[in-house]
Amino acid sequence: MTTILDPTDERVPVERQVTPRTGKISGVIGLLDIRKPRGNVLLDELETLLAARFPEATVKRYEKPTFTKPCPGDLRLKIASECNYLVEALAD
Amino acid sequence: MTAPLAEAPRPDAALPAFALSDVAGETRRFPTGRPALICFVKEDCHTCNLAAPLLEAFHQAWGDRADIWMVGQSGDGNAVLIDRHGLTLPFLDDSACKTSFAWNFEIVPAIYWADGDGQPLAQTEGFVREEWQALADRIAGDLGAAPAAVDWASLPAWQPGCGSKHLDPEINDKLQAEADDSPIRSRRIEIADADDIAEFLFDQGFSDGLPLVPPTAERVLRMLRGTTRAPQEVVAVVPPNLAPATVEKIAINAVMAGCKPEYLPVVIAALEAVCTDAFNMHGVAATTMGAAPVLVVSGPIRQRIGMNMKLAALGNGNRANATIGRALRLVVRNLGGARPGGVDRSTLSSPLKFTMCFAEWEEGSPWDPLHVERGFKAEDSVVTAFAMTSGPVQIVDQESRRPDQVAGSLGLGLEAVFLSKIHRAPVDALLVVCPEHVKTLISDGPYSKTRLRERIQSVTERPLREMVANSISGSGIPLASAAKMTQAQLDAPAPKFASTDYIHIVVAGSEAGKFSAAFHGWASGAMGSTPVSRKIES
Repeated sequence: MTTILDPTDERVPVERQVTPRTGKISGVIGLLDIRKPRGNVLLDELETLLAARFPEATVKRYEKPTFTKPCPGDLRLKIASECNYLVEALAD
Repeated sequence: MTAPLAEAPRPDAALPAFALSDVAGETRRFPTGRPALICFVKEDCHTCNLAAPLLEAFHQAWGDRADIWMVGQSGDGNAVLIDRHGLTLPFLDDSACKTSFAWNFEIVPAIYWADGDGQPLAQTEGFVREEWQALADRIAGDLGAAPAAVDWASLPAWQPGCGSKHLDPEINDKLQAEADDSPIRSRRIEIADADDIAEFLFDQGFSDGLPLVPPTAERVLRMLRGTTRAPQEVVAVVPPNLAPATVEKIAINAVMAGCKPEYLPVVIAALEAVCTDAFNMHGVAATTMGAAPVLVVSGPIRQRIGMNMKLAALGNGNRANATIGRALRLVVRNLGGARPGGVDRSTLSSPLKFTMCFAEWEEGSPWDPLHVERGFKAEDSVVTAFAMTSGPVQIVDQESRRPDQVAGSLGLGLEAVFLSKIHRAPVDALLVVCPEHVKTLISDGPYSKTRLRERIQSVTERPLREMVANSISGSGIPLASAAKMTQAQLDAPAPKFASTDYIHIVVAGSEAGKFSAAFHGWASGAMGSTPVSRKIES
């Protein structure tokens, strides 16, 4: 029997539940541009489509400072407190 | 008159309890409830062989009122010792040396006289006749029994013992690792005998694709001796999972990578460097462009741990170079959780992601070493991490004989960073100048790094209009943007780099060959990654 030591952080990820699906969309939809080139083009188009299809919903736009780094905590908090939904756009 | 006995070192503490099998297979437990004389021996120790008949005589004299036990460290040798001396006293097996380790003596024979609760009354190590005789007198006195039948005069006055087996480095590391006060805290994973250890390590996902050294507790303990830092000190929080990296966890991965203990401080400093917001290890690990840390080690530690900075410095063959870089990668993988297909989204990736670490040949450089240029003292040892996406890309110039010609070729070689068309690039490059190119550069006198950087910029100047998207390449300045620019703007000369600050220069390589090389960067600065240096602390 050989015993080795665990090289990982030994943490068990938290299991998260998917938000219940209501079949309706209302409230605030956030659109997050991660700042990849042309991400704004994709989100502009999406905003137009969302506005036409869900007129009762409000769309809010957000931007990360740079796509190369994780979303800053305060921006994450702001989005979570202001939105019911979030679409994050990866583009190039 | 006999000599006074050495007092037990911890008179208030009972000797450690144990349960060991005797040669008949019976489990014997200490303390026994009776006075006990316990003697640790090993078969190949001359002095233990001297002691064995004495212990047998003690057993014959007092075995009815005290437990007289020998504890052997020698495995099969225990039976040899018993046969050789015709021993009838209980002989216990401590081949694993756990009890010997717990009792914490240095020399065998080690003999202890204890009361029924295991409190030590007297002890001695080796053989000093007067001490043994005093011990025998004391035991007889304590038990109210007649002396044992020993012809003391026939015995040598003094005979040194042997080092206890539990102090052999290989055994001792394992015992320390398994002891209750071991500094090891990581989860222990048992690998069944039927499993192939190397395959098991692959199956667990710990590997970068190459075989790993199994991180046993004793190896990790030896690795931890490479630093004075406490095993549970958190050195860094490792992206992308933001996992706390203790010195112990780093040591485990350093063992797997094949490091020697003396490399550990470099691995720790490198991890500190890449786990900064400036270096942005999350982005470096995640990018589709396939970036990786390139580590340059500067200062005295290069020589001390035998790093390669000369022939084949950027390649294979040197353990320190290869395993320090690999250890950092394994920490980022196993603690940080950056794995290809997970957070690592590299389109092609790069062999840099296995390992990339080398030392600067400061002694062969006409310039300040990298760490001095970056604000450290010459006597400091420092590791600098660069986020690079490719390289080493060779820059071949075997013909130039003038300093500015060589510098010009180095510039032209660097034009390939990202895409040769792209200029004013805010992108780091690490230029590794080979000794022969250095020799030509300084053939007419000093040639400063500043002058070299300016030469690189001047020979790569192209009119900005060459950057505009066209039928050959759609990359560069979009046509719509170019249309808004004046002719003067489009004609303005644009050097390769947005600033000379992006050009990092070190010297390495053998003294034969006019082949310098460059590592090409990733998104640099606040938008991506900034090179970070960290002092290497012991």
